[in-house]
Amino acid sequence: MTAAIQDAATRDAASARSDTGNQGPSGLPRLLPADSQPMDLAAHLRVHGPTPYRGGARMLIHTIESAGLTGRGGAAFPTHRKLTAVADQKGTAVVVGNGAEGEPASSKDQTLLWSSPHLVLDGLQLAAEAVGARKVHLYVHREPRLVRRLELALAERATAGLDRIKVGLVTAPARFLAGEESALANRVEGGAALPRFTPPRIFERGVNGAPTLVQNVETLAQLALISRYGPAWFRAVGTEAEPGSMLTTVRLANGGGGVAETPLGTPLARLLRLAEYPAQAVLVGGYHGAWLTPEQASRLTLSNADLRPIGAAVGAGVLAALPADRCGIVESARVVRYLALESAGQCGPCLNGLPLIADTLVQLANHRSAPSARGDLQRWSKLVERRGACHHPDGTVRFLRSALTAFAGEVALHEAGRCSAGSYEPFLPIPAGSPDHKDDWS
Amino acid sequence: MDERLRVNAILCSGHGLCAELLPEQIDLDEWGYPLLSDEPVPKKLRPLARRAVNDCPVLALMLVRGR
Amino acid sequence: MTGTAFWYASRATGVISLILFSLVAILGILVNRQGRLPGLPRFAVTGLHRNLSLLTVAFLGTHIVTAIVDGYAHIPWMSTVVPFSSGYERFWIGLGTVAVDLFAALIVTSLLRDRLKPSVWRAVHWLAYVSYPVIVVHSLGASKDLRSGWLLALTMATVFAVISAIGYRVLDAFAAVPRPGRVPEQFQQTDQIRTDRIRTDRIRADRTGSVR
Repeated sequence: MTAAIQDAATRDAASARSDTGNQGPSGLPRLLPADSQPMDLAAHLRVHGPTPYRGGARMLIHTIESAGLTGRGGAAFPTHRKLTAVADQKGTAVVVGNGAEGEPASSKDQTLLWSSPHLVLDGLQLAAEAVGARKVHLYVHREPRLVRRLELALAERATAGLDRIKVGLVTAPARFLAGEESALANRVEGGAALPRFTPPRIFERGVNGAPTLVQNVETLAQLALISRYGPAWFRAVGTEAEPGSMLTTVRLANGGGGVAETPLGTPLARLLRLAEYPAQAVLVGGYHGAWLTPEQASRLTLSNADLRPIGAAVGAGVLAALPADRCGIVESARVVRYLALESAGQCGPCLNGLPLIADTLVQLANHRSAPSARGDLQRWSKLVERRGACHHPDGTVRFLRSALTAFAGEVALHEAGRCSAGSYEPFLPIPAGSPDHKDDWS
Repeated sequence: MDERLRVNAILCSGHGLCAELLPEQIDLDEWGYPLLSDEPVPKKLRPLARRAVNDCPVLALMLVRGR
Repeated sequence: MTGTAFWYASRATGVISLILFSLVAILGILVNRQGRLPGLPRFAVTGLHRNLSLLTVAFLGTHIVTAIVDGYAHIPWMSTVVPFSSGYERFWIGLGTVAVDLFAALIVTSLLRDRLKPSVWRAVHWLAYVSYPVIVVHSLGASKDLRSGWLLALTMATVFAVISAIGYRVLDAFAAVPRPGRVPEQFQQTDQIRTDRIRTDRIRADRTGSVR
């Protein structure tokens, strides 16, 4: 057990017991049910007790600060600061739980929503109370079974009188950018899930102009647990700088894997079982993340302290180990092509630059690249970075640059008309077919 | 107070007037979209910058105070 | 000046205002379509559009003032802004007033355009399309001048020019690829990874998984 920071002001040892008298789960899992069975309301109440409302706005924020919770949606922003920022705004706030992962390689949010919906829904109510919100939404992709399940969970809670604010379920299109905070705001307002130009930031003016708290569903679930069991419990796993557990979507080199809850700071090699299933490169952070070499992967842990210095990040916990028999350039070209197709098409540099980058990378994968390809890719990368309304071009460029570095040998092979792969079976998941672009952003 | 140029990338459709009026601070990329200088607009160019902001057919260009 | 002189001045400046407004409208469409005028930089097209609109204000103002100052028709000053309040030719003058109100909105919002939200400025500017037919109908109805002779030919020519410009604008808008389709449009033919064409060398991976 790590030496937890005992903040004098948080006498939360008392609240480390839920109303059922349980102490928080020791060890893991915390977010996911212990027996892997999805928890209905009765099971949830048995294990965790009712929603521990504090009785007023802002009262929860200090607890969250002591716990050191950071956002689990990818940006790892300190949650207490987000809560404070929204609570400080003039006007009544809106809270939206963001369960629209968008990322094809990530399934942690839908797993969490399926298995432990009530933790997420508790978190929504508690966050709403903390910022003084009067409108609450849950934003998920349009998957019929999940939506039905959530509707049932909400109905259960309504019957039991658990929710103080009625939750509006909003469905999102199956687009990569649907979970982007400003696209979410537009969609919740009833429009298409397209990003906005900021400022003003969403926490200042979001849904219908109101200050809006957008929080990933895992963050809300963590918040619900911390409210019951306290910061000390939360800090019992993880590192001092990055406490707690997180959900990861892991793809092992043998094709296996799935969603796993793991403490922050776990060695990547252990998470990906690299000793058993060796990889030629490891993708950390999904399609806006970065490729790591095996040497880096064997040395580093799942923490921003380790990953940020090399230009990567924990992100939303997507980890994929590319097996030795695949071609890193072909895989990366597929991803970049997908990312280019997922551009919202609103900003000139992204709309023009990403398809050019994708085409060039595909040509390289097909052994048809022009001699100017490397220079072109570098130039276009610089031209699209930070010149869009959202960070889609930035993330794409980060992924691209890491691919060209991690697979430098393969690039040289392809330029010479060769390839070292044994199989072109797609490894990373890319949604099939070209989406019908007509009205598929709403 | 420093003034800097910013462009709303969503509104911008690459008319290119701004680059004609203020070439010292605005260049066009190979697709016709503005590349803005990170530096603050020098005082003597401010009137020209304001004109560029005013003349943008889609009001995508902005002058912002401060950092 | 005699009453008749004011009256003639009003009719003359009215014709000029109509032509100027038509030019301004055509230039506005040119700016919107990112069109160029030969030999002129892009900011000059916008500049011309703006300067001609201010010139139109001057001629329009003269057209209104001379019409009211001329005693014959008894048009009250109020009719400058309140539509259909004139005793004389209530309907036709009233249309003129409507046009003035709309035009004033266009001018005022454009003078303040760096202080307004882009969406607000744009919404008001669309009123230009509304004001044009009002202006033309007013011009044909308020006086018999434009209904015969070379003035009729001139009017028809300018109306034809403006309608063509509007037609071009509408067709261009229809032909434009809607936003969601723009991205796939950008991809060239070679956008598929043809794995059947990639020649592979059979290379064995060593124990740590890295490929030589």
